[in-house]
Amino acid sequence: MGRRTKGETPKEVEPRMVTIYFMGKAYQVPEGITIIKALEYIGYKLIRGVGCRGGFCGACTTFYRKKNDYRLYSGLACQTPVEDGMYLTQLPFVPAERRKYDINNVKPDVNTILSLYPEIARCVGCNACTKVCPQELPVMDAIQTILRGDLAKAAKMIFDCIACGACSMRCPAEIVHYNVFQLVRRLYGKYIAPKAKHLEKRVEEIENGNYEEQFKKLLSMSVDDWKVLAEKLQKGEDIVL
Amino acid sequence: MVEYPGYPPEFWDSIEKVEETREKRLKETFPKMPEAEREELVHKYHPDYKEGTKRPVRVGAYKGQLAPHEVVDLLEAHALINPNEIDLDDVDYDVDILIIGGGGAAASAALWANINGVPADRILMVTKLRFGDANTKMAQGGIQAADKEYDSPIYHFLDVLRGGHYTNDPELVKILVTEAPLIIKFLEDLGVMFDKEPDGTMIEVSGGGCSRYRMHSCGDYTGLEIMRVLMDEVLNREIPVLEFSPAVELITDDRGQVAGAVVMNLETGRYHVVRAKATVIATGGFGRLHIQGFQTTNHYGATMDGVVLAYRVGAQLRDMDSVQYHPTGAAWPPQLAGQLVTEKVRALGAQLVNIEGKQFVYQLEPRDVVSSAIIRECYDRKKGIRTITGWGVWLDSPMIEIIRGEGTIEKFLPAMLRQFKRYGIDIRKEPILVFPTLHYQNGGIVINKYTQVLDAKRKPIPNLFAAGECTGGVHGKNRLMGNSLLEITVFGRRAGIFTSKHIKKVSLGKLTLNHVVRWENMLKEAKIRTKRKAPIILPDYRGDVRYR
Repeated sequence: MGRRTKGETPKEVEPRMVTIYFMGKAYQVPEGITIIKALEYIGYKLIRGVGCRGGFCGACTTFYRKKNDYRLYSGLACQTPVEDGMYLTQLPFVPAERRKYDINNVKPDVNTILSLYPEIARCVGCNACTKVCPQELPVMDAIQTILRGDLAKAAKMIFDCIACGACSMRCPAEIVHYNVFQLVRRLYGKYIAPKAKHLEKRVEEIENGNYEEQFKKLLSMSVDDWKVLAEKLQKGEDIVL
Repeated sequence: MVEYPGYPPEFWDSIEKVEETREKRLKETFPKMPEAEREELVHKYHPDYKEGTKRPVRVGAYKGQLAPHEVVDLLEAHALINPNEIDLDDVDYDVDILIIGGGGAAASAALWANINGVPADRILMVTKLRFGDANTKMAQGGIQAADKEYDSPIYHFLDVLRGGHYTNDPELVKILVTEAPLIIKFLEDLGVMFDKEPDGTMIEVSGGGCSRYRMHSCGDYTGLEIMRVLMDEVLNREIPVLEFSPAVELITDDRGQVAGAVVMNLETGRYHVVRAKATVIATGGFGRLHIQGFQTTNHYGATMDGVVLAYRVGAQLRDMDSVQYHPTGAAWPPQLAGQLVTEKVRALGAQLVNIEGKQFVYQLEPRDVVSSAIIRECYDRKKGIRTITGWGVWLDSPMIEIIRGEGTIEKFLPAMLRQFKRYGIDIRKEPILVFPTLHYQNGGIVINKYTQVLDAKRKPIPNLFAAGECTGGVHGKNRLMGNSLLEITVFGRRAGIFTSKHIKKVSLGKLTLNHVVRWENMLKEAKIRTKRKAPIILPDYRGDVRYR
């Protein structure tokens, strides 16, 4: 990516204005800013369709079409720069039902998932979900992987899902992928991934009060004493109280 | 898609220098700074010490103390509501525990109250946007806990104090570090997918200011993973959540106890009255106040609402003069300006270098030290890269692939890789341009170990609790990486546990907004003339393209 021939003169930064159509109305906005910024530039104070503004929360799912292009695109408004001729709308909400379950009372297998979300068996393999994923995740493959019973693999495939719901709005089988994926990840994290034994041991030590004596000493010390100890630790030395 | 070409041509001379010096630097570690030198650097270059950026608060428990103008503006503002316009006899929600906030601290409080026997329908969470819309989701790097053989809560304790320049509340720090392994275990049992070795051993890396490897992570989506699992569990337990309904004022009763809050439906503009025996403020920090005009890594809703609310009923504050600037906010492309480049990039081995490809600070010093060093390198030594939005220095991410093998970035930093790829920058091959960005509210509401909110005399304000970034004391004047996710889960849990006990002995009187009337009188007495109202709920960026 990126590298250009040396000596090429940098372009001036005076922004070019482009035309976008937000819910059908035309607005002039500076080229290159994100959709969120563009909406604010034209005067919106957003409540729906905005969240972390950093690509992590999935609140700002946007669908759009472009000039002379029949395709329907989707993206996160906080991550997608505006383009000239973009027709767009934000998704204020994804209608979806999540099914209740008791994490301590389920088996980590495909039957658990099928009993809560039987519609995943209706996946026709059209891949519409994968095409709209702003995270570029293999959404359809993950559903198929779950149906094959490999929850461990599926959990890792869709770990980066931010639950924006774009896939679920496009799915002809009416699957709500992100709810299914949440269940799969928790089943994996709780039952399939091996437990951290050192963690269990440390919890036991703490619950036994093993550190209380040391803390008692530590809390009675002066700041200068703490400083000496802390600097020792920084050098990699161990300390005994 | 528009093709984004990555770095502009004028950066490439410098990028080539970074590439040329890389091999040599791989064998070098920049020496850690001695204590005295660190203090001097911070005092000279950290934005907290910049003159003319603060003023003393003129009213309330924190009167006379310095805070940034942007903070004082809100502390000294009028109430958003007119007490005469709210009918407190018309109670819309009558619950035992009201939790204000929708992030990790709020969700933890709700869960632990329910675990401790409070029925789900006696709890109410209210949040300004969607449930889960919070900085928690944006925390990338990790969560600390001393759970390995080589480590100890004692070591963790000393690291936290050292990071906070020994200004922390030691009692709260002790709780933070001793309950840390319990929280990790709790999260593991809930099904959080921590990064592990095949035998289950947690993969733990270093973090700025940490003497031992104790940073647990879930790729670079650690906060997202923790938040969504906590949310999923809250929803499984059917704890009610009122979305798009921020609290705009607390309610007190005729005996001076806190008794709930007035919330506003953001979409209809209507106010609703929530009566509660215990109220937990878990509203997060103040990044969106853009202190000193800095860009921020924070969520859209990080506007310090909870501090404002607590302050009007007499809460004491601390360390509000201290702001955490994350050393590595994105400085290019301009669309990402100010966004977080997780400290994990440095924890995995990436060095910080200047325009000539030279290191100028050990990359894992505490955050205030690294931020100060970057500012010195740019403003003073002029060895940074000029951009249209300001300055930047290089964070040499390709080193990670060399040190830890190809594929490391894709595996451990997928969010970062994806974010920059959208703009034509491949962080596996090209360094990242960074500059400090407003990241965290170090100080906040004073609490005790039961998460009770304290007044100026350190007495608990009846029925008021707080947890998370809105509180102060845990981190002193500087927080270390990986201790914020820890703070919200540890103290959120405590808020849930202690409120579940507390509500058994509470009886409420008649609901009032007397404290608001008192507050308006205090503003008058202090001769504060302003049109400002607070909380502001959301920043107003209309017509403005500066901030993301």
